[in-house]
Amino acid sequence: MKYVGKSIPRIDREKVAGDAEYAYDFTLPGMVYAKLVAAPYAHAKILKVKYDEALKVPGVLAVFTGADFPFKVGIYAADRDVLAREKVLYYGHPVAAVVAETLEAAEKAAELIEVEYEPLPPVLDALEAMKPDAPLVHEKLHEYKHAPFIYPKPGTNIATYLKLRKGNIEEGFSKADVVVENTYYEPLISQGYLENWVGIARVKSDGTVEIWSSHQSPFAVRNLLATSLGLPIHKVVVHHMYLGGGFGGKAGLLLEHIPVLFSMKLGGRPVRLELNREENSFYMAQRAGYYFKMKTGATKDGKLVAHWGEYILDAGAYADYTVNIARSVGLKPFGPFEIEHVHVDSYAVYTNKVPTTAFRGFGLMEVLFAAERQMDLLAKKLGMDPVEFRLKNVLVPGKSLTHTQERLREDAGDPAGAIREAARLIEWGKPPEQPKEPWKFRGKGFAAFWKGPVQPSNAAASAIVKLNDDGSVDVLVGTGEMGQGTITALAQIVAEELGIPVEKIRIAPERRTDMVAYTWQTVGSRGLFSDGQALIRALEDLKSQIRKIAAQVFRVFEDQIEIRDGKACVVGEPWECISLAEMALGYMYPNGNAIGGPLIGRGSHVPVRNTIPDPETGKSVPAPFYTFGAGAVEVEVDLISGRVKVLKAVMVLDTPAINPMLVAGQVYGGTVMGINIALIEELKFDENGRLLNPNFTEYKVARAGDIPDEMIFKTLGVGQKDAPYGAKGVGELTMLPWPAAVANAIANAIGVELYELPMKPDKIIEEVKKQRPELLEKVKEALKIKG
Amino acid sequence: MAEKLIPITLKVNGREYKVEVKPNETLLFVLRNKLNIKSVKGSCYRGECGVCTVLLNGKPVKSCLVLAVEADGAEITTLEGLAPFGTLAPIQKAFLEHGAFQCGFCTSGFILTAHWLLTHNPDATEEEIKEAISGLICRCTGYKQIIEAIKAAAKYYKQDKQKQ
Repeated sequence: MKYVGKSIPRIDREKVAGDAEYAYDFTLPGMVYAKLVAAPYAHAKILKVKYDEALKVPGVLAVFTGADFPFKVGIYAADRDVLAREKVLYYGHPVAAVVAETLEAAEKAAELIEVEYEPLPPVLDALEAMKPDAPLVHEKLHEYKHAPFIYPKPGTNIATYLKLRKGNIEEGFSKADVVVENTYYEPLISQGYLENWVGIARVKSDGTVEIWSSHQSPFAVRNLLATSLGLPIHKVVVHHMYLGGGFGGKAGLLLEHIPVLFSMKLGGRPVRLELNREENSFYMAQRAGYYFKMKTGATKDGKLVAHWGEYILDAGAYADYTVNIARSVGLKPFGPFEIEHVHVDSYAVYTNKVPTTAFRGFGLMEVLFAAERQMDLLAKKLGMDPVEFRLKNVLVPGKSLTHTQERLREDAGDPAGAIREAARLIEWGKPPEQPKEPWKFRGKGFAAFWKGPVQPSNAAASAIVKLNDDGSVDVLVGTGEMGQGTITALAQIVAEELGIPVEKIRIAPERRTDMVAYTWQTVGSRGLFSDGQALIRALEDLKSQIRKIAAQVFRVFEDQIEIRDGKACVVGEPWECISLAEMALGYMYPNGNAIGGPLIGRGSHVPVRNTIPDPETGKSVPAPFYTFGAGAVEVEVDLISGRVKVLKAVMVLDTPAINPMLVAGQVYGGTVMGINIALIEELKFDENGRLLNPNFTEYKVARAGDIPDEMIFKTLGVGQKDAPYGAKGVGELTMLPWPAAVANAIANAIGVELYELPMKPDKIIEEVKKQRPELLEKVKEALKIKG
Repeated sequence: MAEKLIPITLKVNGREYKVEVKPNETLLFVLRNKLNIKSVKGSCYRGECGVCTVLLNGKPVKSCLVLAVEADGAEITTLEGLAPFGTLAPIQKAFLEHGAFQCGFCTSGFILTAHWLLTHNPDATEEEIKEAISGLICRCTGYKQIIEAIKAAAKYYKQDKQKQ
C-alpha cells in the first residue's frame, strides 16, 4: 500500500503555519458580548435578582435571568436550566447574564447584579446523596423529560441506574476459592483542554439559527439545539472549526443555547459568549467522580467465576453524558475477561457540584483502575503471576461471551496477543534493577484493557466524495477535528483507493451541518471506524461510476477497468487509460458527445447487528467493535518525597494503524494524561462545595518534565474485517490501563495496596505508614547511617 | 470617565503598527483584538499555560502577562513571522514531520519557544529542551514528539550558526 499504513504528516498544516481558525478566533460584524454571573453557593434558593444598576452601564443591551427562559434543556435528561431558576445547584452556577456592546461593559454590569440567596444544605458526596434523607438536588425529577434508556428515580438523587446480570451470582461465589472485596474511589477531574468554550450565535430574519462554537460534534450540537429550543433541524446551522481540544468535555450539551437565545431576544444580533479558564471550570461540565464497590471471585486454579459490583458516579448538578457513562461502566464492568456470573448495579447520582460529562475513555479508565487492581489482588491471593492469571481468563474472539452475553465476533481482535506482547516489552518476570538509594524502590505493574464506542445501536455516519475537473477531490464528512487526526487518516484512505496523492485531496477544516455529510458524533473513538466505513463506501460508489464510464469508452466490461494512479485503465493494457480529470464533470468524445456528468460518490454507515441492552440484564451487542490492548509500567517510588516516577511505559494495541505516527501521538498523549490522572489530578472542593482549583495554577496537568523516561508502543495489526483497512478506534484506548498499571507497580515496588486516586505523595507516605511501617523505619535507618 | 488612550508603536513580524491602547490592556489583547493576529492564543490568562507566548525583542514572553504599553517600541515575532507567507521555517516543518501537534492550540507557543532555544543553543540536550518548554502546557501530545521535533530541527540552526 502506498498511503495507508504510512506515517505521512497531518493534513492540518495550518496549525504550524499560524492560520488555523478556531471558534475562539471567529468574529462577526456587529457582534455583542455576553457575560454570565456565577452563584457563590453550592445550593441556595434564589430570593431576588436586582439589576437596575447593571442596566445603567453604558453599552448594556439586556440583562437576563432564569425567569426569561422558563424551560429545561439536556442531552439525555432535560435537567438543566438555561440560567438558574428558583435555586442554584452548584458553586458557580450561572444565575444571570448581561449582554453589552463591549465585553468591558458586560463585565462591569455583571458585577453590579445583586442576587439575594437563602443558603440550603448542599450534598457533596455521591454516597451521601444515595442516602434516603439526603437533600434533593432536583426535587422535580419526576417532571423531567428523558431518553427511554435513562431511568431516573424521582424523590431521590439518582439520575439513572443500570442493571447487568449474567449467570447466577450466588452460584458463582459458591464456586470461588478466593474472593477479594474492595471499594475504590476516584475524584472529579477536569478534561483540561486548552481552548476555553466560546460560541458566537446569530439568528436570521427567516428564523435560521447559526452558531460557531467550540464543540466536538457539529451534528450533535445541531440536534440538541433543535430539540431543546423546538426548532426545525434544517433551520439550525452549526459551524465546526478547528477545536482546541475536547477529550469528551465538548461532546454533550454545551452552552450554544445561551448565545442563541440571547440573539433571539436581541433581534438577531450576533452574540459572543467566551469563557475564561475559571468560568470554563464552572460552566462547562467536568468529569464525574466514582465509587466502585467490587467483589470478585476465582477458583484456586485461577479461573474467574464471579464478579459483583455497585458503581456510583458523582454526576454533579447536571448529569449530561454521565448518565450514559453509568451505562458504559455498567455494560463493561470488568476487564477483557470471561466471567460466568456477573451482577453489577451502576448509578449516576446528582450532587451539588459542577456538572459532569464525558471524558476520554467514557468511564473505562475509571472502572479498569478498580477492576485491574482486583485482578492483581486476586492473583496475589492465588499465588499466581498476574500476567498468567490474565491470560487464563482473557476473552477469546469467536468463542467467549462478554459481560453483556455477546459472543465476540471471530475477527474481534487479539486480546491475548496484546497481553503477551506488552509483557514481553516490559520484560515481565525480570525484576527491576533496584536503585542504589535505599529509599527508592522500583516495581512493575500490568493492566489489560478493552473498549468499544458507547453509542445508540443506530449511530450513523456518511460521506460524500466529489471529483474535480483536475482530478483532485473534495471530501465531505461530518466528524470534528479536535487534534485526534481522523481527517488525515481519511485522506490517506481516499489517496489509497483512488491512487492519487494526499495533496490532491481536500477535507475542509470547517464543517457546516447544512453542507457536509452527517455523522452522529465525534466521540467514543468511533470516527475512523464509522466515518471511514462510510467513506470507503462513497469511494466504491465513485469508482463504480468511473468504471462504468471507462467501460463504455473502451468497450469493455466494468470489471475489466482498473483504477490506479488517478486513472481508469483497461486491465492488462495500462496504456489504455482515461484520467479521472477527463471524466470528472462528464467524459467528452472527440465529436463533442458527452457522457456521465459530475461524479459524486456517496456512502453510509450504520453499526450492524448492535442491540439495545435488555433493561433487566443488560444483555446486548452494544458496540460495532472493541479495541483490545495492554499497558505495563516500571515505576520508582521515592519514600522520602512520596513521589512516584514512571520510568518506562509500554502500550500494545491489537489494531492496525492507518498512520503509525499519529497513532503514536495518541498513545504518548494518552499515556502522559493517564499517568498524570493516576498521580496528581483532582478537582478540589471545600466543605461548602466551592471549587478550589478552577485554573492551571492549582490544577496540575502534566508538563514536559513529568513524562516517563521511556514510552514504547506497538500495534499488532490484527484488524476487524469490516473496519477501514482493519483499523479500529484508538484515541480513548490510550488512556485506559495507566491508573491500574501504576497502582499495581507501586504495590509491586513497596508492597502497599492503593484503592484511591490520585496517588499523591502525601497519600503514599500515609499508606506506607499504615501498611508497611517497617519499610519507613528501614529507610530512616539507612539515612542515619549515611549521615 | 473616558479612559486615556496611549499611542504606542509595535513592530510585529517586521511590520510597524501604530496603535492606541488602554493602560490595562495586555499585549495578548492588543495583538489579537487590535492587530488581528490570531495565531496568538489565550487560555489561562495568568502565565501558566504559555499558549500566548510571543518573542519580544527575540525572547519568549507570555503576552498575557505583558502590558501593551510595556511593549512600546519592541519588536515582536509571532508564528506567522517565522517564514515568508506560504512557506514553513525548519522548526515548523519539523513539527509537521514529527507529528508534534494535535489540536494545535498550544503549537504557536511551542514553536516560538523552540525557535528561541535553538537560535541560542542549537546543541540543546533533551533536558535543556524539556526545561525550555516547561512553562508551556500541551494536553494532547504527551510532549514526546515535540521534543523529537525540536531535536530534529537543531541541525538547521547549527548550519545557520556555522554560516554566521
